[in-house]
Amino acid sequence: MNNLLIWPVALPLLTALLALLWPRRSNWIGVAGTGLPLLAVLLVSWQVAASGPLELALGGWAPGLGIALRADGLSVLMLLMSALVTMAVAVYASVYFAHAERRGEFWVLWLLLITALHALFLSGDLFNLYVTLELLGLTAVVLACLGGSRESLQAALRYLVLGLLGSLTFLIGVALIYAGYGTLDMAALGDAIVAGPTAWVALSLMTGGLLIKSALFPLHFWLPPAHANAPAPVSAVLSALVVKAALYLILRLWLELFDGVVTQAAAVIVGVLGAIAVVWGSWAALQAERLKLMAAYSTVAQLGYLFMFMPLLAALPEGAGRELALGALVLLALTHGFAKSAFFLAAGIIMQRAGHDRIAELGGTARSLPVTAFTIALAGVALIGLPPSGSFLAKWQMLSTLFVTGQWVWLPVIAVGTLLAGAYIFRLLGHAFAPGEGVGPSLSVGREEIPAVLLALIATLLLGFWASAVWELVPISAYAGGGA
Amino acid sequence: MMTMSVWLPVGILLSSFIPGVLIFFQPEERHRLRTLLNLLGALVKLLLVGVLIWGVFHEQVFETRWFLAPGLEFVLHADALSVLFVSLSTLLWLVTTIYAIGYLEQTPHRSRFFGFFSLCVTATVGLALAGNLFTFVVFYELLTLATYPLIAHKGSPEALRGARIYLRYTLFGGLLLMIGAVWLHTLTGGVEFVQGGVLDQFAELDRDLLRWIFLLLILGLGVKAALVPLHGWLPQAMVAPAPVSALLHAVAVVKAGAFGIVRVIYDVYGVEFAAELGVLSLLGAVAAITIIYGSVKALSQDHLKKRLAYSTVSQVSYIVLGAAILGPLATIGGLVHLVHQGVMKITLFFAAGNYAEALGIHRVSEMDGVGRRMPGTSLAFSIGALGMIGIPPVAGFISKWYLGLGAVEAGAAVWVLPVLIASSLLNAAYFLPILYRAWFKSPATPWPADKTAGCARELPDPLLWPPVTTAALALLIGLFAAAPYSPLEWAELIAGREYRQ
Repeated sequence: MNNLLIWPVALPLLTALLALLWPRRSNWIGVAGTGLPLLAVLLVSWQVAASGPLELALGGWAPGLGIALRADGLSVLMLLMSALVTMAVAVYASVYFAHAERRGEFWVLWLLLITALHALFLSGDLFNLYVTLELLGLTAVVLACLGGSRESLQAALRYLVLGLLGSLTFLIGVALIYAGYGTLDMAALGDAIVAGPTAWVALSLMTGGLLIKSALFPLHFWLPPAHANAPAPVSAVLSALVVKAALYLILRLWLELFDGVVTQAAAVIVGVLGAIAVVWGSWAALQAERLKLMAAYSTVAQLGYLFMFMPLLAALPEGAGRELALGALVLLALTHGFAKSAFFLAAGIIMQRAGHDRIAELGGTARSLPVTAFTIALAGVALIGLPPSGSFLAKWQMLSTLFVTGQWVWLPVIAVGTLLAGAYIFRLLGHAFAPGEGVGPSLSVGREEIPAVLLALIATLLLGFWASAVWELVPISAYAGGGA
Repeated sequence: MMTMSVWLPVGILLSSFIPGVLIFFQPEERHRLRTLLNLLGALVKLLLVGVLIWGVFHEQVFETRWFLAPGLEFVLHADALSVLFVSLSTLLWLVTTIYAIGYLEQTPHRSRFFGFFSLCVTATVGLALAGNLFTFVVFYELLTLATYPLIAHKGSPEALRGARIYLRYTLFGGLLLMIGAVWLHTLTGGVEFVQGGVLDQFAELDRDLLRWIFLLLILGLGVKAALVPLHGWLPQAMVAPAPVSALLHAVAVVKAGAFGIVRVIYDVYGVEFAAELGVLSLLGAVAAITIIYGSVKALSQDHLKKRLAYSTVSQVSYIVLGAAILGPLATIGGLVHLVHQGVMKITLFFAAGNYAEALGIHRVSEMDGVGRRMPGTSLAFSIGALGMIGIPPVAGFISKWYLGLGAVEAGAAVWVLPVLIASSLLNAAYFLPILYRAWFKSPATPWPADKTAGCARELPDPLLWPPVTTAALALLIGLFAAAPYSPLEWAELIAGREYRQ
């Protein structure tokens, strides 16, 4: 059954080749190539939930020599998010790019992006992680400049340079690890790594590279222009998934590989940067005049919350308390993934209908596009962290962990961030529900509106009422030796 | 029986949630189907609540639990206190729905309005049935979300401004409540609502910590209960359509805050333990200030709905005052006022809406001689107003009587009785001039906008009957206060269960 693990990676790769060979049918191939891996991911998740972590040594070579794929609770959750979000976005994109000249290119890159994402979440060794990270970064950059405008090219160029800088730094860290410990297999490294100069330097380099990629303040400046100027389906996956991939790696490194090396001081530094990102990103979102730019700044802020978990996690001993906090982190990341992709898709619909996304001129949107306005409202509820969304539960548990660890200092940041998020979401809703002619005549519900609203419903209802599955999956780890 | 005890609370929530969601998808012009869905939901809910009342009276347990996350359970649980609030919301929702159908005829966005209206009631009923603090916080925030679109409904700049102010206050309040709730949750490992309170069992907890948490919870709840100085949103929110104001002031928002305060004092801290901590006297003082301040502000308002809004600020704090005085009689007075104020205030707002709808009257100074032109509405208004002043046999008298008795019993008569007397005098000072104008003056100027000139009846049935019905109800529950299942009897039942004698 372990052969299952190859399919979430192989299926999108094979269909990418098909799309390349057969560009006229690329719409169908693209949607099918996104849907088949979803089925594979569902099977993998079911297996992991039922019988624990899975491991597959490709070609029969033992880990250390060959390539190992591993699936545990954390990777399954990330895979599920990525497969579901890409599925919805692919349906949306089949309408969005229905008549675009460059749709052939889009679908090939799109399927490669999915391949890279899934491979990253399943990789069991550091070199593979580097390769997938690089592939992910490159496909994301090319997708981001498909918009073709001058701004999007400039933003994509900056994205490329910083992305390369990030992965290069990561690679140097990986090289140091190989020099120091003679292996790149993560399960073996979890036991081998001990606190010392090599470990510290390697960890700093790898983390630094990943922080650029996950746009933590003050390395966030490339994100808002890149995410705001890309075509809507691309923005959705960039904000929802691509930045999360870097975050996933940081979690793996900090909690499983370098568990004994990470110091509280380092965690606090990351936490402080996260806190600044929350306040600054939310404030910038409140000031933003364009819908997509607002959404992009909101991503900077939401990533900040995730990094604020680091000092909390570092202060907790391994056990139930830490799993609670880790589950809350993952739940927050998942909710944000679904809510933000829904938000960007809705913004894309408004932009296509109205021809602009200036917030102050959106009056009448709720009347002419009720489903899309509803999507924005639902996604907004999740971004603020109000019930019944998953982020409400996550924030509750985060506050609870705050009280347990006595790290009171973060409380005002969460409070201010929540209120600012409320302010920018309701400012937008106020404009959207006001009377006006902004968006033009009323049209029937479009095929592209359905995936957006489904994503928003997952964030606000499914993850709210069935969140306990997250806490059941997170403790299933393939790297149990990490803490020893 | 087993399954019914689990499904009944869920059914009560769904009976307004499902119609609400369905209504969102109805096109504007299908008003018959919409009306059918609305009324069907309201009647089913009434039926289910009837079963609930019977069951709780006979000490049956109704409980639904859903595991959400480690340490967090979504719990619906019906006790005597929930039943008091659930019945009030259900009954007044039915009446208000009928009124709203008449009031909003031929206006745009009705599907949106009734959708959110049903969600608003769902959230209120959820608050009433919440079985632990976590579930309460969930519904408290949902209520904010469901009410915002109702206040902003007209879409005019003033409506949007009022809604924005409402949101600013309530999001802030919700956040404080959540922080307090999480803190308490972390200290105790989960806070279920238990009659008589639970915190006195945690002897090892620092008393000062518990006082701070109490402050946080009350600040969070005080925003919706419109305690001074957190009341600023309420007069602004009166830009909403009349049925919304009626529901807001009688059942949904302000009552949610007051009900929450009652829950925290009785079923989380336990009233005796709260008194021991010394937090009740401060709350009592705030309530007294709010009662007087609201009445004084109401005096100077010429705008009718604004005068009623400040009157709400004042009247809701009677409930808080009753909760802040230790002793079963004061408890009864506060709890019974939860129902009495709702029935009387909804009458007043229905009447105010009718004046605006029929004759374009928005100000007290325009009401000269309106009694002869609109006798039904004005009679209802008068009964409500007399009840607010506390004149027997209208229901408001019963509340004030028990509050007074409770104050004497608790030895707090020195400051409570002057507050009650001053407030009653002030109530008389701002309500009696309205009644005088309506009944005894003749109209000096033409009506601002006479929309019913030449009609045989003063108003169509769906607008006239709701205030008349609720006014009659206010009279009946005052007259037959000692009858079985009356609000007073029920409040006595609760008080009996809350005090561990």
